[in-house]
Amino acid sequence: MRPSAIRLLNILVPVKRAVDYAVKIRVNPQQTGIDANVKHSMNPFDEIAVEEAVRLREKLSAKVKSITALTIGPAKSADTLRTALAMGADSGVHVEIPESSSSPEPLAVAKTIRAIIERKNKDAKSEEDKVDLVILGKQAIDDDLGVTGQMLAGLLGWSQATFASKVEIDTDKKEALVVREIDGGAEEIKCRLPLVVTTDLRLNEPRYASLPNIMKAKKKPVEKLTPVDLGLDYTPQLETLRVAEPPKRVGGGKVATVDELLAKLKDAGFEAVKA
Amino acid sequence: MGRYHGRSTTVLKPRSTHEVSQILKWCNQRRIGVVPQGGNTGLVGGSVPVNNEIILSLANLNNVRSFDPVSGILVADAGCILQSLTDYVAPHNHIMPVDLGAKGRHSHSCQIGGNVATNAGGLRLLRYGSLHGTVLGLEVVLPDGTILDQLTTLRKDNTGYDLKQLFIGAEGTLGVITAVSILTPPAPQASNNVVLALPSFDNVLPLYQTVKRQLSEILSAFEFIDRTAYDLAVKHGQGRALTEEDVEGAECFVLIETSGGRREHDEEKLNDLLESLLTAEKPLVNTGVLAQSPSQFSSLWALREGVTEAVSKEGKPYKYDISIPLSTFQSVVDGTREHLRSKGLLHDKAVKYVIGYGHVGDGNLHLNIIADSYLPEIEAALEPYIYEVVASHRGSISAEHGIGAMKTHALHYSKSPVAIELMKKIKHVLDPNGIMNPGKVLE
Ligand SMILES: Cc1cc2nc3c(=O)[nH]c(=O)nc-3n(C[C@H](O)[C@H](O)[C@H](O)COP(=O)(O)OP(=O)(O)OC[C@H]3O[C@@H](n4cnc5c(N)ncnc54)[C@H](O)[C@@H]3O)c2cc1C
Repeated sequence: MRPSAIRLLNILVPVKRAVDYAVKIRVNPQQTGIDANVKHSMNPFDEIAVEEAVRLREKLSAKVKSITALTIGPAKSADTLRTALAMGADSGVHVEIPESSSSPEPLAVAKTIRAIIERKNKDAKSEEDKVDLVILGKQAIDDDLGVTGQMLAGLLGWSQATFASKVEIDTDKKEALVVREIDGGAEEIKCRLPLVVTTDLRLNEPRYASLPNIMKAKKKPVEKLTPVDLGLDYTPQLETLRVAEPPKRVGGGKVATVDELLAKLKDAGFEAVKA
Repeated sequence: MGRYHGRSTTVLKPRSTHEVSQILKWCNQRRIGVVPQGGNTGLVGGSVPVNNEIILSLANLNNVRSFDPVSGILVADAGCILQSLTDYVAPHNHIMPVDLGAKGRHSHSCQIGGNVATNAGGLRLLRYGSLHGTVLGLEVVLPDGTILDQLTTLRKDNTGYDLKQLFIGAEGTLGVITAVSILTPPAPQASNNVVLALPSFDNVLPLYQTVKRQLSEILSAFEFIDRTAYDLAVKHGQGRALTEEDVEGAECFVLIETSGGRREHDEEKLNDLLESLLTAEKPLVNTGVLAQSPSQFSSLWALREGVTEAVSKEGKPYKYDISIPLSTFQSVVDGTREHLRSKGLLHDKAVKYVIGYGHVGDGNLHLNIIADSYLPEIEAALEPYIYEVVASHRGSISAEHGIGAMKTHALHYSKSPVAIELMKKIKHVLDPNGIMNPGKVLE
């Protein structure tokens, strides 16, 4: 535990560049993955994470010392980072991987986030520069794995509050009150910082990037790293055998009369219920 | 719309041009009125019978006849739904030159024949011009059953009178369009949009000039929404709103869309424009937002396109779709509001809102008056008031929605007696028995 005198928040928000959710997904002819030559944008759950960080700052003002956005991905992921900066993050970290390599698996992502936190905390001049809150999407809409946040909390030994639909932070008490989406309702939990939060859809509605903020974002610092700089190895532990599209839905047919409908139902093996 | 109810007992759905021809011949001999009906999305009651005319639905004439991916020329039956044609040419990297709010989301989707018959404008007119330019040929069945085959795929054809032009925008009063040959432009490879918040309407025109100059060929839409229209769109959940801070002090909004061949090139141009707008000594805009993803792109468009839907949710709208000089947009909206106020009609139980939005790029203002319920006093206050205002600016009382049954009495505000007389003569030559869509366009 850290000494409790320090009451400032440093937030880290990992963001992923994913195929935009409005894009129609097509499997590539080799069946090794999807056609990636389509529009990408920030994973919607990560957008919610950035928005939440910015809202926390709006609520807690100076108590939020920094918001850092982190992305792991090819050169083009820089756009995603710029969007996060335009929404209100202060600085960015880009762990760059080659265009050709597949995106790292959740455990590798979690280890990367941990490595970034450790680096930051090692460089920290005082306790108040240390990262004490990670807000990330509950899943990325491209691979839908949905485990990075939990793995990260495990690796760090921090509290975790997953599927959050409401987050309140008391910086003085170093506590958070989080409402979680669970089957059939909501669960309210109280946890201690440092904390990993994963966002659910209802947490907030992200803002558009405003023009003045887009301009400002261009001047915000972005640090570039490679997995090697962090001593990490992204060799996949899973092997994709084949990616296939779901079977095409066969369309319905029209019948002209009730009798024809009954005949067809009978053919299909449906019997009338005996009264 | 719920304002027009037909009393027709018969709907015919021919499957071929030949069948259309036989129907018209038969009706012409017996002097039976015929109303061509496309998707029935028209906004001026053009596709609804006024008496007991027969409805001739084009819905079963719905095949694509040919598409040339090199020239982009599409030949399709009139009953093809605009959205299905958009889907048809998409894999060939082309788009339809018309795009209306009426497509897709609405169950009764408009047809290409209906679009041509109404000379529909829409969101892409600024970029691709009107159907008078993009339609290359038509197949039309004349009221006596004669088939006029002008279904050419030529871009140039200066051989006498260009007869097809007569049927574009005739709203089914001169004949039935059975097929359309139309030039489809290549699909843009990249699109983007921004919504800008302006402190005053006076800035719209200088902004339009600046934007045209700086974006030139990639500018594909320049749409205007006044503050009240924006607030209503947001109130009725049409697209994600801008933050309080962004809309503070904004009197109106402008949506700009770019489409072009290369994302980097377009983004650079757009960014340069936005930067110069923000850093100008006397900025024309307060602020704005730039779409960061295709979903934000749609969401920003929804703020503009959703106004129509928001208006119907808010109350009973009186809609005027007028062409007037750009510089008069705001004064016409404000003038109408003041006029209603002076008649004591601006309150909760009468007119709730007067709003303006539309296609600045085309000089086309949608002036909507939203009332608690349709009242004769309101109508009397609006007409001929609005038509007179339009006429005083030498504008058009119907920029893109047509005349239909709704505006026949007002045609003279936009057309001289000489022109109306000539229109009647043309109508008489083609349709001496007056069976084609009676009571529409001409009284
Ligand atoms: C939500 C909404 C948004 C719209 N936005 C725009 C817009 O942005 N710009 C714009 O210009 N318009 C707009 N419109 C109006 C638009 O012009 C019409 O909806 C559309 O073009 C009509 O097509 P339709 O197939 O539904 O024709 P219908 O409504 O069925 O018919 C319209 C007229 O054309 C005639 N007609 C139809 N088919 C034929 C044919 N084959 N041969 C001869 N005559 C025929 C009918 O008799 C009638 O007079 C909008 C409408 C809606 C509902």
